[in-house]
Amino acid sequence: MSASPFTVTPLVRRNMRRELAARIVLGAMVAAMVLPLLAIIAYLAVKGAPLISLKFLTTNPTHGMREGGIWSALLGTIYLVVIALAVSAPIGVLCAVYLNEYAKDNWLTRIINLAVVNLAGVPSIVHALFGLGAFVLFAGIGRSILAASLTLAIMTLPVIIASTKEALAAVPMSFREACWNVGASRWQTIWSIVLPNSLSGILTGVILQVSRTAGETAPIMFTGAVFFKKIQSGTLFAYSLTDQCMALSMHLYTVTTQVTNAPEPLPYAIALVLLGAVLAVNAASIAVRSCLRSRKKW
Amino acid sequence: MIANQPDNLKRPRMARSMTAILGERTIELLIRLCGVSAIVFVFGIFLFVLREGAPLIDKLDWSRVLFSQEWYPTSKGNVRYGVGALIVGTLSVTGLAMLFAVPFGLGAAVFVSEFSTGKVKETLKIIIEMLAAIPSIVWGFIGLTVMNRLIQEYLPAPVGLNLLNGAILLALMSVPIIVSIGEDALKAVPDSYREAAMAMGATRWQTVYRVLFPAARNGLLAAALLGVGRAIGETMAVLMATGHAVNIPRSIFDPIRTLTATIAAELGETAVGSDHYRMLFLIGVLLFSITFVVNLLADLAVRGVRKQ
Repeated sequence: MSASPFTVTPLVRRNMRRELAARIVLGAMVAAMVLPLLAIIAYLAVKGAPLISLKFLTTNPTHGMREGGIWSALLGTIYLVVIALAVSAPIGVLCAVYLNEYAKDNWLTRIINLAVVNLAGVPSIVHALFGLGAFVLFAGIGRSILAASLTLAIMTLPVIIASTKEALAAVPMSFREACWNVGASRWQTIWSIVLPNSLSGILTGVILQVSRTAGETAPIMFTGAVFFKKIQSGTLFAYSLTDQCMALSMHLYTVTTQVTNAPEPLPYAIALVLLGAVLAVNAASIAVRSCLRSRKKW
Repeated sequence: MIANQPDNLKRPRMARSMTAILGERTIELLIRLCGVSAIVFVFGIFLFVLREGAPLIDKLDWSRVLFSQEWYPTSKGNVRYGVGALIVGTLSVTGLAMLFAVPFGLGAAVFVSEFSTGKVKETLKIIIEMLAAIPSIVWGFIGLTVMNRLIQEYLPAPVGLNLLNGAILLALMSVPIIVSIGEDALKAVPDSYREAAMAMGATRWQTVYRVLFPAARNGLLAAALLGVGRAIGETMAVLMATGHAVNIPRSIFDPIRTLTATIAAELGETAVGSDHYRMLFLIGVLLFSITFVVNLLADLAVRGVRKQ
């Protein structure tokens, strides 16, 4: 913005002042979002870190959840996330394949797109009501890991559809045309050309949903998560599909609101583990994305 | 000569076996089924939630339910299901949150999209993604512990768990959506608009204010609406941070209770099939309808962008 060849009129000076002011104000707005994030992470880390150890992660809570670790909650969250994504990822990917590769631009496609947008906007507590009404009661599954996972699966579905659709759309049309021209059918093209070339984008979307699923509380509260459950420690297969389970997010809620005289650092430590896991998964997905983006061939 | 011809030329020209073709048919059918699954689920959610609540619809005096603020679902003699205060609670906390989140979110979107480049831009985007990833239960915990203390200490508030507390949390939770959708909307404005403005001697801020805002109006509106939808539906954070008192707030320091928090707090204690249980499902139907309309409006706004 060197104005040397020009005369700096008051008007120019005023505009430059305003430009600077806008930059500062907008920058301050960004800072107002970034700083709380850093402050929160730092605060939780300082308060919760002393409790965290391998033993804390791998022992069950004891003494009315006031002592011991968080193993049963951690394992429950892992079960819920794995099963939920095992259900929603294939359905979501196939739905996106339909929308991007098969669907014509007609009323049905428009309605599907609208449904995806609206499904993404359904409040998590309404998902909980649906899970209770449809899976627990109507389908007769009962309050269990399965019912809670299915509820979570439907919640993550629209986001997986959206991210997969974006990944599929990024595969150049010429790839498909080349494949059709050597006589491949539509599905052969999708299976051998489109999906492999969009795998990184699809994976990124699915991994991001791992962190979202792990953090959700409301949808599992009434469909399968419980305040406390004793499980066998030392084995990864301590829960069965029809069991109710503990979950990290639910455990944090319980310890902060239901358990009296819990030791002060305990909820901070649980929150730190949950937040740490979520952010680590997120960071992993960002790393995968930027690594694969730099290797992209087109 | 003919006897020496390679085997594959003698066979009639049938490129693929029957099983391959059948397999492909099956998978294509499966794809089509999954394609319509989103519609099935949206209707399914509405129907199943309505189904649980439906038997109560006729029994209620709806004008009283919607406008009365008397929510006494467990009263012994005189059960009253007035959701007026809960609706006001939801609207007030959402409104106050948007008062913070919309200007900050759109401001940040402008900063990320127009005022930053390269490394700074990438870093900011990653941080905003991280902000979006923080689970709502962790926000609720922050509200209950940190914000609670801060508000009590520095503001003239009798209780720390109140409307303001919940609104600040909701603002921080919905800002990432507003930023990312708002940034998309700004990115969708063709560069030729910016170049034309620059060529006229406009500063960057003048370009934003005079050219980009009008051009991206619909997309920015959609960003704000999606933020609203996110805030209305949020459950755990408001459950823990707003004080949970059925109350029409008179100041931002009053405790309130929202529709979502009511369901989350009370559903566990109701018997399946009781009136109270059905009423909570009807509140669910109400919430579903509100967010449905908000999302529909946002979608229409985005569609307006694409038409341009």
